[in-house]
Amino acid sequence: MMASVRLLDGGEIRRAVTRIAHEILERNKGAEGLALVGIAARGDDLARRLASEIARIEGAKVPVGVLDITFYRDDIGMRAEAPEVHETRIGFDITAKTVVLVDDVLFTGRTIRAALDALVDFGRPTSVGLAVLVDRGHRELPIRADFVGKNVPTRKDELVRVALQEVDGEDAVYMEERT
Amino acid sequence: MNKHLLSINDVSAEDVVRVLDTAESFREVGTRIIKKVPALRGRTVVNLFYENSTRTRISFELAAKRLSADVINFSASGSSVSKGESLKDTALTLQAMGADAIVIRHSSSGSPHTLTKWVKGSVLNAGDGTHEHPTQALLDLYTIREKLGRFEGLRAAIVGDVLHSRVARSLSFGLVKMGAEVTLVGPPTLIPPDAPAWGVQVSYDIEGVLPKLDVCYMLRVQRERQRQQYFPSVREYSRLFGLTRDRVAMLPEGCLIMHPGPMNRGVEIDSDVADLPQAVIEEQVTNGIAVRMSLLYLLLGGAGTGEVRERD
Repeated sequence: MMASVRLLDGGEIRRAVTRIAHEILERNKGAEGLALVGIAARGDDLARRLASEIARIEGAKVPVGVLDITFYRDDIGMRAEAPEVHETRIGFDITAKTVVLVDDVLFTGRTIRAALDALVDFGRPTSVGLAVLVDRGHRELPIRADFVGKNVPTRKDELVRVALQEVDGEDAVYMEERT
Repeated sequence: MNKHLLSINDVSAEDVVRVLDTAESFREVGTRIIKKVPALRGRTVVNLFYENSTRTRISFELAAKRLSADVINFSASGSSVSKGESLKDTALTLQAMGADAIVIRHSSSGSPHTLTKWVKGSVLNAGDGTHEHPTQALLDLYTIREKLGRFEGLRAAIVGDVLHSRVARSLSFGLVKMGAEVTLVGPPTLIPPDAPAWGVQVSYDIEGVLPKLDVCYMLRVQRERQRQQYFPSVREYSRLFGLTRDRVAMLPEGCLIMHPGPMNRGVEIDSDVADLPQAVIEEQVTNGIAVRMSLLYLLLGGAGTGEVRERD
């Protein structure tokens, strides 16, 4: 059995995305040279939402890519089944761009480590930032987020689950605990 | 997925889809400037080729290298095999050197299966005698799905020397497994007597079959395997079963023309037919790398103890 607590509802997610879009534009001083790369799955949906917010606020179209980090994981071959692979599609040159990686949950930091390795195979961005909807702590690597929707203190054995309209049919963030 | 890939029958229909979906991602890797991912870093893949092969060995070598595995090519000529070493001793040597996967091609049917008894790593069959060539079948399935979008109800003909063709066996099993209808076409001497048991139809008349096809798969006339005369002359074979311009005109629009290579242009397929836009022979080769990457990834990437679980 899983006990489930809702951390964020649809309105809170929408407001967090809007705020992060503003923060990205503020930090970058506009949309010039900006590119968003979402980490599959769900990071790509968040990246598209951020892009449409940026378009609304700034009237500028920011390129969006989707990155699957499976082939860069540090635990391939340690599992009983090879990790499932998602799509990667970065239809623009990231070289000399200010890239913001987008993911749903920041936890150990291992996914971001893999994403950074993957990203440099596509080109040499001017800088790489990180935006996440939820930062739940427990980093195992020296990685931090530049833009955070919500900081959530968790225990390591708890589960943070992000549901998005595009894949799950609703917008919410849940904390789940095995009871 | 099973630990080894010895026969297309080792792969369930569900896993075929998984192999092809994963290959899709590796196709994307092949379009990058840096066509390499670190997925199998530190792993060792041995290509153990007892029969000559250019494309399959290079394809496997590229696939393993693009996954960052270390690759060792071992061919029978110019190695300890030519000094009389047995398959078992070669296998034990490779085992002692820590091979994580062995890709084997051998002229004896069943040798990949035998090899699994001596090694701890995964064994991939890259063609064994007249038995099977499962990776070729999977890359052909990938190409068909990519071009036609489905398998269910597709009508395919496999034309030529089915008797000696491990490609024809693996592909027939694969297509039937995925719900396609397969007709084997060739001279009676080159159609295996047990063919009806494969779930396929048999025809000796190519022109009767052509007008209702979605896939026309031409096999190479294996002159090196013609120890006895299976047909009177190459010229007659070509006239009765070769894919000529006139016969291409009988194919429905959108029908794929495929060939596993190497081609005998002018024998089983006319030279200008092989270069038509509906001939996807080069795409088959390109897709071969992605499909073999997918197989190596799925076989070796899941070989762990399972202690590590999903985590962000």
